[in-house]
Amino acid sequence: MNTEKNSKFDLIIAGVGGQGTILASDIIGKAAVKEKLSVRAAETHGMAQRGGSVINHVRVGCELGSMIPAKGADVLLALEPSEALRYIDYMSEDGVIIVNTTPVLPVTVTSGLCGYPDVDQLVAAMRKKREVIAFDATALAAEAGHPQSMNVVMVGAVSSYLPASSEILLESVKELVPAKTVDINVKAFELGKKAILE
Amino acid sequence: MIKREYMLGNVAISRGIVEGGGQVISGYPGTPSSEIIGTLASMKERNFFVEWSVNEKVALEVAAGAAMTGVRSVVTMKHVGLNVAADPLMTLAYTGVKGSLIIIVADDPSCHSSQNEQDTRRYSQFAMIPCLDPADPQEAKDMVPYAFELSHKLQTPVIFRPTTRISHGKSDVTLGPVNEEYFEADFQKDPEKWVMIPKNARIRHPHLLNLQKDMLAELEDSPWNSLEMYEGMKFGVIASGLASVYAKEALARLGFESCFLKIGTYPIPEGKIHTMMEQVDTVRVFEEMEPLVEEQVRIIAQQLSSPVEIIGKLQGPVPRVFELNVDVCADVLAEVLDLERNDVPEDKGEDFEYNACRLNLPMRPPVMCSGCSHRGTFHSMKKVFGKNAIFPSDIGCYTLGIQSGTVDTTLCMGGSITVASGMYQAGEKKPICCSIGDSTFFHTGMNGLLNAIYNKADITVTIVDNRTTAMTGHQPNPGMGKTATGEETSEVDMVALCKSLGAGFVEKADPYNLEETEEAFKRAKDYKGTSVVITEQLCVIDAKRSGICRIPFTINADDCMGCKICVNLGCPAIEFDTKTKKASINAMCTGCGICARLCKFDVITEGKK
Repeated sequence: MNTEKNSKFDLIIAGVGGQGTILASDIIGKAAVKEKLSVRAAETHGMAQRGGSVINHVRVGCELGSMIPAKGADVLLALEPSEALRYIDYMSEDGVIIVNTTPVLPVTVTSGLCGYPDVDQLVAAMRKKREVIAFDATALAAEAGHPQSMNVVMVGAVSSYLPASSEILLESVKELVPAKTVDINVKAFELGKKAILE
Repeated sequence: MIKREYMLGNVAISRGIVEGGGQVISGYPGTPSSEIIGTLASMKERNFFVEWSVNEKVALEVAAGAAMTGVRSVVTMKHVGLNVAADPLMTLAYTGVKGSLIIIVADDPSCHSSQNEQDTRRYSQFAMIPCLDPADPQEAKDMVPYAFELSHKLQTPVIFRPTTRISHGKSDVTLGPVNEEYFEADFQKDPEKWVMIPKNARIRHPHLLNLQKDMLAELEDSPWNSLEMYEGMKFGVIASGLASVYAKEALARLGFESCFLKIGTYPIPEGKIHTMMEQVDTVRVFEEMEPLVEEQVRIIAQQLSSPVEIIGKLQGPVPRVFELNVDVCADVLAEVLDLERNDVPEDKGEDFEYNACRLNLPMRPPVMCSGCSHRGTFHSMKKVFGKNAIFPSDIGCYTLGIQSGTVDTTLCMGGSITVASGMYQAGEKKPICCSIGDSTFFHTGMNGLLNAIYNKADITVTIVDNRTTAMTGHQPNPGMGKTATGEETSEVDMVALCKSLGAGFVEKADPYNLEETEEAFKRAKDYKGTSVVITEQLCVIDAKRSGICRIPFTINADDCMGCKICVNLGCPAIEFDTKTKKASINAMCTGCGICARLCKFDVITEGKK
């Protein structure tokens, strides 16, 4: 029996409602279409958006369904550390986890109902399982000009893994972010891309 | 040049409406259907009419009226909305239409954002009208112009049923040409067709039954059904809509070829099923939610006296609840084909990485936004009515008040005031205070209030009026003085409306002002009869968008006593350090000031600009 991969590149984007996971997947999806590749994506809307846990599936070079099967993802791009671990079961054996180390504390934690794991410990636990690239994307976003551009820092970080060129990705960034934030987001993309190479 | 765009499923569907030449489009917001009208209403150039109606029954009747004049119309809603619109639906199936009418109903398997996971295909069977079931956003777009033609040709309304993964999925979509041909509205009197008195209904019912064979003939060879047969292959898979792509991928992952029937229409293509039955000895049926295809396949097998083994969800193992996915399909196929799945570990419990990391992750439930005015309403409500009071509620962002203990029931749109009335009429002695949002009140809450007042229910009705339909994405409603396309229109006066329904007690309060809101609730509680409190404050997201900028608050850490009164509000902007036992305010603060009004030690103050 042989297994067949039905997608060129399977990406999970995880985060918290409000962090801009949808914009991140839109940039990648739009770039893939510019590269003449087929794309399938699934997003979390509605009830799940209000500060809840959010997962987007992006499948590049895929003509089937938008949902990535278990152990199928090539990269897990996590905009928040605990959300990386929450969706780790989607990762293929040789997949890579790219994670922003700045936590967003859920109300269950801020109100003292439960604790939040130590981020270093969390990253170490994931490292035992997969290749992990962890860095403070929120700090880089602030350096770029606004903490909100963290999602674009993360797109920059994953750019070298994507079947789309940086030029095309940047073109998508410019088309999709608000006009007055283009410069900040271009810088955010570059900082994210550089962070991975270091 | 062929144009390809990266599109949300609902945007692709709205593009399909434009390509098919839709002329009147109505609907009521509901996840996952809302962006279809949202997209059409935000188009700068439009040669169609689009409206947000006040509820789904109203919306369907508007679209039906349009189709009676001979134009192409569309109505959109979520699955549970069709329950509200079921009355016109069932008789519209008898009358049929003159132009075209597409009823777009978005289903939500797994209840991502819904109170149940009912299957709209059952309604198409019940009403005996065609239903189209897309497998991806491209097909969803392409089906819409087809549905206009089908509806016109058969003179029947057609249901078009995307699910969450279609509506909120994204895909590259190849655009088609836009239909520039429009029909003139010209209603022709024809009482036998349009006036459903018993005499005429008795003619139209047999007509509808006769139409079934025409529907089947039209749909059998439509592009949405496709059959792949392999010579000598004794194994068959029948899969409908989205489940067809999951089943395809599962077969590919298992490296197994199979005869395959992809179904995209109801009634299902009987001829193709006959063809498959004649060759295979086993059929696996994959479909999300109800075993509708499976039941039909079993009926056909019985008619053919076919010995084919049919396995789906009636006797297991395909689950009848929640969404399907590639893994569920692959597990089922591997089991029946006696194959081992080497693409994933067998035991999902211990082997999977999440468990193996042995770290407890905090729960991250959706919550009301920081600065949401509902928090002030619920806090005051609970304080005045007491923990033991009964708090029936409704459907909207305020349902998240379940975390503050002020949501005791949520049944359906408009079901708060009526449930509260029933509890009172049953002899319930505990105080009863229900909550309902502005848009939900206009939807079906108004009737409930009229009924409560008329029948003298001694309850308090709270209208949490945030001046928008927030949960589904901020659609305008009759309280806002603007239409779907942003045009100005008359703005309903909520106080006058409640008074005109007969309310003897109606008061308005600002939920950010806790004292004012509490006083209003106290007077409402003391009032004998149905009292109405309207807590009005702009949705905090809309406030931000409209440029309202309040000064965030801070907590003086030295003076914080750690009493946690502010923390218990459950605002995401307030954090509590369990080590130092002190509260603090983070960057998410929007400056609503509710926590400052609550602090007994006056240590929460407005920050500097």
